[in-house]
Amino acid sequence: MANDAQGTTPVLRLQNVAKTFFTPHGDVRAVEPLSLDIRQGEFISVIGPSGCGKSTLMNIVGGLIEDYEGSVEVDGVQVRGCHKEIGMVFQEESTFPWRTAIDNVAFPLEAAGMGREERVAKARELLHLVGLDGFENRFPSELSGGMRQRIAIARTLAFRPRILLMDEPFAALDEQTRLLLGDKVVQIQQELNQTTMLITHNIAEAVQLSDRVLIMTFRPGRIKRVVEIDLPRPRSSKMMGGERFGHYVAAIWDDLREEASKGLQELERLRS
Amino acid sequence: MASVAASGRPLLPPLVTRLLVIAAGVALWEGAARLGWINAFTAPAPSAIWSGFGKILSEGVLGYSMVVTFVTAFGAAACGSVVGIAIGYFLHIWKPAGAAYTAWVAAAASAPLVLLYPLFLVIIGRNMWTTLVMGAIGCIPPIALKTKEGLDGVRPVLLNVGRAFNLTSKQQFWMIMFPAALPSIFTGIRIGLLFAILNVIGIEFLISVGGLGQLIATLGDRFDYPQMYAGIFFVILVSVAFFWIIERLEQWLLSST
Ligand SMILES: Nc1ncnc2c1ncn2[C@@H]1O[C@H](COP(=O)(O)OP(=O)(O)OP(=O)(O)O)[C@@H](O)[C@H]1O
Ligand SMILES: [Mg+2]
Repeated sequence: MANDAQGTTPVLRLQNVAKTFFTPHGDVRAVEPLSLDIRQGEFISVIGPSGCGKSTLMNIVGGLIEDYEGSVEVDGVQVRGCHKEIGMVFQEESTFPWRTAIDNVAFPLEAAGMGREERVAKARELLHLVGLDGFENRFPSELSGGMRQRIAIARTLAFRPRILLMDEPFAALDEQTRLLLGDKVVQIQQELNQTTMLITHNIAEAVQLSDRVLIMTFRPGRIKRVVEIDLPRPRSSKMMGGERFGHYVAAIWDDLREEASKGLQELERLRS
Repeated sequence: MASVAASGRPLLPPLVTRLLVIAAGVALWEGAARLGWINAFTAPAPSAIWSGFGKILSEGVLGYSMVVTFVTAFGAAACGSVVGIAIGYFLHIWKPAGAAYTAWVAAAASAPLVLLYPLFLVIIGRNMWTTLVMGAIGCIPPIALKTKEGLDGVRPVLLNVGRAFNLTSKQQFWMIMFPAALPSIFTGIRIGLLFAILNVIGIEFLISVGGLGQLIATLGDRFDYPQMYAGIFFVILVSVAFFWIIERLEQWLLSST
């Protein structure tokens, strides 16, 4: 399999990946056996109702959860634990409060032993990319939630991971910044031929950015459907107003509505 | 840096109020002593204490005693910090030990450890080292507790960031856990320093070895109460100044890391 021509061995292969959390209040089946191949350079979005196991899935692929069922392969080699070519952006606030914006972004470079001048120059470029020029020496506590999230994104990009996992990185941003930043992330992704898995709640964002959209069911998370987004790149804002774009959004919403209402029903059941 | 100016301005009125309250207290005391309402021998008037202060200053022992006390206390706090941080780290990483002994360390933090001094008097002898060791022992428990608390409280997502960047365990500690726990460790060191000073002056007083504690003890033995009170007030004033400096130092260190 490893001898296949380049491009046929998936960069990421998940086989029957499943996870149960054992808690004092009972077991929670977060992810049902799930299999998926992701090609080199592919941009894949995972969308699904809250609590369906998206973050759990990302933590398994990123190696932060090690006791799961099934297997994860990178370039055809089974891995457990963190892989040096996988970069992650987390859903929670994850900037270091004791470091300035620029030192946050330079963090992975510093850990890799890069000299001060070089890493500061690189970090400055990335801060520019996420639109934070002039905020280099601010501490996270002096910045807004959206700005902090952009620092976290820039910090992971500084690491230049070949595989990028992002857990709702744009959730704290306003619509305009979200669109601009989404474009930039795709631009870098295309330049580096990066393989990307994006977790999101936003259907339009998933369609705008992805080659494939994976729709997950309500808990326990299973793949409900995989939608190929057959739109040319780069995707212009004109295209996003177009008929085909709207068609994709509507189709995904149809699938998602069913799952989301299951989630709501359960919420109401818990409440009564 | 407009925020400094903005937060600095309202400081003045409270400060004035504080000084006025102190001045009123001193005036009341002076009046009471002069009118004979209180015994001027055991509680001399502030004016008498003031002249007593002049006397100890002119004898030239005050400055020297102060240096001895604070060098000892600082040395004790430095030694205590190293040991305390190590114990706190140990209680953090070794969960069973943490669960078993944290309550004991907390108990030790509130116990009057000064009373252990006869033991060290026997082991070490009647010299400065006993004072130093007693000071160090006093500051270990709060520093260990606060270190453990700080390390336990590091947000898991920050540790995950480090893992995702493939940090070595050494980097994970020095680049994430330690700076994240630093504010808590500093609080521990500040409390520890307080305990160290209390212990050092207490032991100096008890075993009459060096420093302000011994000075106060000697003056008391001479029934020179104005001078003794002058010494006591001096210790209080110096301690207040000392903690003010420590606080500033802490703020400066935290904002520059
Ligand atoms: N460490 C854990 N211990 C126990 N249960 C957990 C743990 N982490 C997640 N879960 C449970 O697993 C399920 C999936 O959680 P997960 O965080 O993966 O959802 P999600 O799809 O990312 O949700 P959201 O969109 O709200 O972020 C939830 O029911 C959650 O309660
Ligand atoms: Mg999540």
